Amino acid sequence: MAQKETEIRYLTPINIETKKKKYCRFKRAGIKYVDYKDPDFLLKFINEQGKILPKRITGTSTKYQKKVAKAIKRARHLALLPFVTDQLK
Amino acid sequence: MFNFAINFKKPCMTRRYETVFIMTPVLSEEQTKETVDKFKKFLEERGAKIIYEEDWGLRKLAYPIKKKTTGFYYLIEFEGDPTLVADLELNYRRDERILRFLTVHLDKYGIEYAEKRRKLKAEQKTTTSNSKLN
Repeated sequence: MAQKETEIRYLTPINIETKKKKYCRFKRAGIKYVDYKDPDFLLKFINEQGKILPKRITGTSTKYQKKVAKAIKRARHLALLPFVTDQLK
Repeated sequence: MFNFAINFKKPCMTRRYETVFIMTPVLSEEQTKETVDKFKKFLEERGAKIIYEEDWGLRKLAYPIKKKTTGFYYLIEFEGDPTLVADLELNYRRDERILRFLTVHLDKYGIEYAEKRRKLKAEQKTTTSNSKLN
């Protein structure tokens, strides 16, 4: 009898927040080449200071993170992206 | 009999490159054309095949270069010998009208992407011209 009192029962199952699994957008979308001429696309991989976001945040795989980093650096050289700024987004 | 000998006489190796350069905004339209023609002529003289070229026009720079905040961008895709790239870049450096340049070798995915991009651009052009006509 005492055991039953301690047992808590819910009418609806409890919603335990499960983290969404990160994925590499390049692998999913089948993109093979990261273009440095498209600064709007590369904007997704930099923070508001213009720094490259780590792959643990964006979920990009190592293979494509390297390519993204290279593309961003090329875009910076051509003044398509800034080296340093504030409030980029 | 000596088939292997043929392999040594391979023609000049060509690779696909893409070069973008930024010209100063102080140039007039004719002067920009002249600069572009100069580099195109140089490439052709050195036996490179120009595959595609694109004028991006006057664009705002993300940061000032030589105290200029805008520049004329121009893109040339060409196929040529790797040795000419160094000479091309030397020519860029000697030219006062050039603010920045970048020459990149395109791998097979890069070539694929460039072709796709070209097709998209061509389609966009036709659609816009058609809509203008209509």
